[in-house]
Amino acid sequence: MKKTFKLRDLDCANCAAKMETAISKLPDVQSVSVNFMQQKMTLEAPDAVFDQVLQSAVKCISKVEPDCEVILK
Amino acid sequence: MSRKQKKLLLRIICSAVLFLLGLILPGWFGAGAMILSWIICGWSVAWKAIRNLLHGQLFDENFLMTLATVGAFALQQFSEGAAVMLFYQVGELFQAIAVDRSRRSISQLMDLRPDSAVVLRDGEELEVEPDEVQVGELILVSPGERICVDGVIRSGNADLDTSRITGESMPVSVGPGDAVLSGCVNLSGNLTIEATSEYGQSTVARILDLVENAQEKKAPTEQFITRFARWYTPAVVIAAVLLCTLPPLLLHQSFSLWLKRALTFLVVSCPCALVISVPLSFFGGMAAASKANILIKGGVALEELADPGIVVFDKTGTLTTGTFRVAEVRAYGCTENELLLLAAAAEQYSPHPVAKAILAASPHAPVGTLIEDRPGFGVTALVNGKTVLAGNLRFLSECGVEVREWADSAGTIVYVASDGTFCGCIRVEDSLKEHVDEAIQALYDRGVKDTVLLSGDRKQSVEAVAKALGIRNVYSGLLPQDKVSKLEELLKNNRVMFVGDGVNDAPVLTLATVGIAMGGIGSDAAVEAADVVLLSDEPRRIATAIDIARSTLRIARENIIIALGVKAIVLILGALGIAGMWLAVFADVGVAVIAILNAMRTLRLHEKHGF
Repeated sequence: MKKTFKLRDLDCANCAAKMETAISKLPDVQSVSVNFMQQKMTLEAPDAVFDQVLQSAVKCISKVEPDCEVILK
Repeated sequence: MSRKQKKLLLRIICSAVLFLLGLILPGWFGAGAMILSWIICGWSVAWKAIRNLLHGQLFDENFLMTLATVGAFALQQFSEGAAVMLFYQVGELFQAIAVDRSRRSISQLMDLRPDSAVVLRDGEELEVEPDEVQVGELILVSPGERICVDGVIRSGNADLDTSRITGESMPVSVGPGDAVLSGCVNLSGNLTIEATSEYGQSTVARILDLVENAQEKKAPTEQFITRFARWYTPAVVIAAVLLCTLPPLLLHQSFSLWLKRALTFLVVSCPCALVISVPLSFFGGMAAASKANILIKGGVALEELADPGIVVFDKTGTLTTGTFRVAEVRAYGCTENELLLLAAAAEQYSPHPVAKAILAASPHAPVGTLIEDRPGFGVTALVNGKTVLAGNLRFLSECGVEVREWADSAGTIVYVASDGTFCGCIRVEDSLKEHVDEAIQALYDRGVKDTVLLSGDRKQSVEAVAKALGIRNVYSGLLPQDKVSKLEELLKNNRVMFVGDGVNDAPVLTLATVGIAMGGIGSDAAVEAADVVLLSDEPRRIATAIDIARSTLRIARENIIIALGVKAIVLILGALGIAGMWLAVFADVGVAVIAILNAMRTLRLHEKHGF
């Protein structure tokens, strides 16, 4: 499953790159892209574990940039 | 400005006042004012630094900036310490505003998304989100509004502005029964439209999806810069550590002198200017291209577009209009009308444009049943109890019909036989699109090495087109699978740009280094397979696309050179003790701002290249 999430207050381009690297190293992540220009993250992971992967991705993001918020719809 | 940015601005102003006060006040009062100035604008940076340090991020720019300024205080360089933090924050604010603004202009360029839809439910008009409209529901579109889903007009007449979807600049008049595409703007008249697709599947959503998700694959230039950024910061920090330890230890020089130089290094160590400049330029370039009705699917496609190598064209629908008409008929043993009727009866089930032309020329509606349709050859049909063959020379010969060949003319020849007897042939012609010759010349002007024309058509007609347009290599009589193998052959020694109309080009579009589909937004397969989609049918846009791609790439490279160059110079000057912290701050945030402003030039590229 591949889903796109909006990111609020993603302030620096380098942070986006750092998030992307960190998330791509998580287990079960098939692909991830953190787009600074569009303030978006696209995450791809197997359906069965998607929610867990998403949670750890959110943790990664707040580690890199504590003010950045993932808008989960 | 957002609230967050306004708050930062307020802090910067307070901090700047204290800084000026610090310059006037003598001795320790001045130092106190400087430290207070630092606290007001820098506490958030320091706080982030501590938090990120606890998460194990040693090379975090907040941390490095805090370290540099605190270090300056420790050396009693109060004004430097306060100034670095102050200017760092000014730069950050400026950067945030500039990025916000360019992000907004980009989304304006791509503004196709309808905000809401008015739907008729149980006789009531309801305003809903576009994705709530169900297939089969009626929506109302008033003048000035954008159609939100694809549909068919049930009542009303209007002129539509379809320019953002099809590239056609003239308004199109529509009325009841006409199919309309989402994303078009209603210019006049009220329309009631029955939705034929959900928002997610409609044309506008597909185009937006294409542009917005284009960035997932990073282009080589972008990859280079992210990889570079990953080791740049650690390298500079390590250099800083060496700088403040080695000279004092080995040469017995003053530690504080070299510490000061090392702190300059820390200020320059943030890679932000680099990391932001390339994707921002690419994004701007793609947005500008979309304004010119050229959809570029990502940075990879953009880079490849800039260097097309050889250009391979499909003929029908790409260089020619794809609307055929019957030009000449030669009947043997029957009248011309009888021949046309026979051919039309056989061809009526074929989707090929040549078949449509014959059908249009038929004196009255034909009757017949299809037996077999062999793409690239012809059709077999049962008409009035007779087996009718209509197709190319090869097809009829293979079926054992003795055919009189019509060799000496351009166009497509359809040979017709009834129960094994040859009854005549029909010559169907296709006309060239406007300005095609200019389009091809424009490609040569841009350094395209060679041009190739691939077609399933007869040698004579393909060669006639190639000669008229100045295309150097011609391969005719190709079946779809032949096109694939031909392209594979060309790909062995060249970068190949393939331009097709997308109707049955999907395999070739995928295979090519860069695949361009023209006017193909209606065809899902082509949009999937192509790297670039030209919404308008004009071959001239190929050169425009190349121009925009090249300009974008040039701006991105300029940014890399500016950012790397300034940083390298400041690092050298810093190590020699010539550049102080002031210049270092410029190398950090100043360059980032310059790179952003330069990248924003891409947003105007479509105007520069004629739109």
